[in-house]
Amino acid sequence: MTDPVIIAGGGANIASLQFAFERLGQRAELSADPARIRRASHVILPGVGAAADGMTRLAAAGLDTLLPTLTQPVLGICLGMQLLFEASDEGEVRCLGILPGRARRIHASAGPIPHMGWSRLRILRPHPLLAGLGDEDWAYFVHSYALEPGPDTVATGDYGGAFTAVASRGNFHGTQFHPERSAATGARLLGNFLELG
Amino acid sequence: MRDGQVVKGVRFRDHRVAGDILELAARYRDEGADELVFYDISASPSGRSVDRGWIGRVARLLDIPFCVAGGIRSVADAEAVLASGAEKISVNSPALERPALIDELARRFGTQCVVVGIDSQATPAGWRVHQYTGDPGRSRAADRDTLDWVREVQLRGAGEIVLNCMDVDGVREGYDVQQLAAVRAISSVPLVASGGAGRMEHFAEVFRRAQVDAALAASVFHSGEIRIPALKAWLASQGIEVRP
Repeated sequence: MTDPVIIAGGGANIASLQFAFERLGQRAELSADPARIRRASHVILPGVGAAADGMTRLAAAGLDTLLPTLTQPVLGICLGMQLLFEASDEGEVRCLGILPGRARRIHASAGPIPHMGWSRLRILRPHPLLAGLGDEDWAYFVHSYALEPGPDTVATGDYGGAFTAVASRGNFHGTQFHPERSAATGARLLGNFLELG
Repeated sequence: MRDGQVVKGVRFRDHRVAGDILELAARYRDEGADELVFYDISASPSGRSVDRGWIGRVARLLDIPFCVAGGIRSVADAEAVLASGAEKISVNSPALERPALIDELARRFGTQCVVVGIDSQATPAGWRVHQYTGDPGRSRAADRDTLDWVREVQLRGAGEIVLNCMDVDGVREGYDVQQLAAVRAISSVPLVASGGAGRMEHFAEVFRRAQVDAALAASVFHSGEIRIPALKAWLASQGIEVRP
């Protein structure tokens, strides 16, 4: 049975993510309980403000040690994706270290910061998470820090240079953009995520 | 928005009902709008608390970002709006009354959630900020220079600025390119142009000449005079990159 759980990390706008799953006909429970999260079929780690706050909240709930041990599909969204990596320049914080790489501040020469708006995806290699999506699809981004393309990057966005838009390693996946606010592109990605087993 | 319906005025006065909020939201979503902004103009001037039930209904419907403006005077107000599913909150008059509100919101939610709306008008002394523009009876100059306020709100943590150019609002003769370009020059955060769109050319002009990150319009979309798919196709044909 598909039983996704969204990690409740104190983020203020979690409702939009729950509504996105509702539009796909899927209830997604909010929880910070390690036992409940371990039982979920799919786990979603949303963004929760700044990186240091996000890690503090995860640690307070004992989730910083739980998350790397999960074996079901995990999707980090926006800051949630960045937390899957080793570290972030935002508050000089160590993150979960599941994927190699470090989030760095977007350079001011790229344009206004935060990068807030729609960007076109460039898909580097086929991936089940991106089934049905192509280089003509756009997604909605809101971020001041970004990951350079690396070994786990499956799609990039462009803002004064390429950055990781979608990353994947084993059962851990992440999107720098907000699928819940990325119209048909985002709905497709969330649907694809629920299909991962 | 006023009392649950969508309204639109001319130069911030004489508002007429333009439609039902959910119907319009769904229409713009389907037509390919990149983002919607809801101004609850009944909220700020009267200082009353407003019914926010519509935000959750809109959030269930929309799969694009949306921002709510009007009557947000505290972290608690903002929290309620964001918890209902809005992406961003926009503050205007309350930030002029108490600028530290911007710092508090940015600290709690991150700058990316915090939009500062600025209503600005040309005067012999330069562009000046206006306050309480939702209520013609109370609308007045806020005794602040627009460019000074633009600099200050960024220092306090604004993640985006929406500049409403009052002199051209609702009259459809084009955006105030000169003023927007001046604000662009001192803005390191995204800048949204608002007020004055009447023809497709106006959108191209404001992107090219003021380098804004987005162009907001209401009257021409509500009336159906400009359809978003046609506008986007035309902008693309002019070499301006837009999401199809």
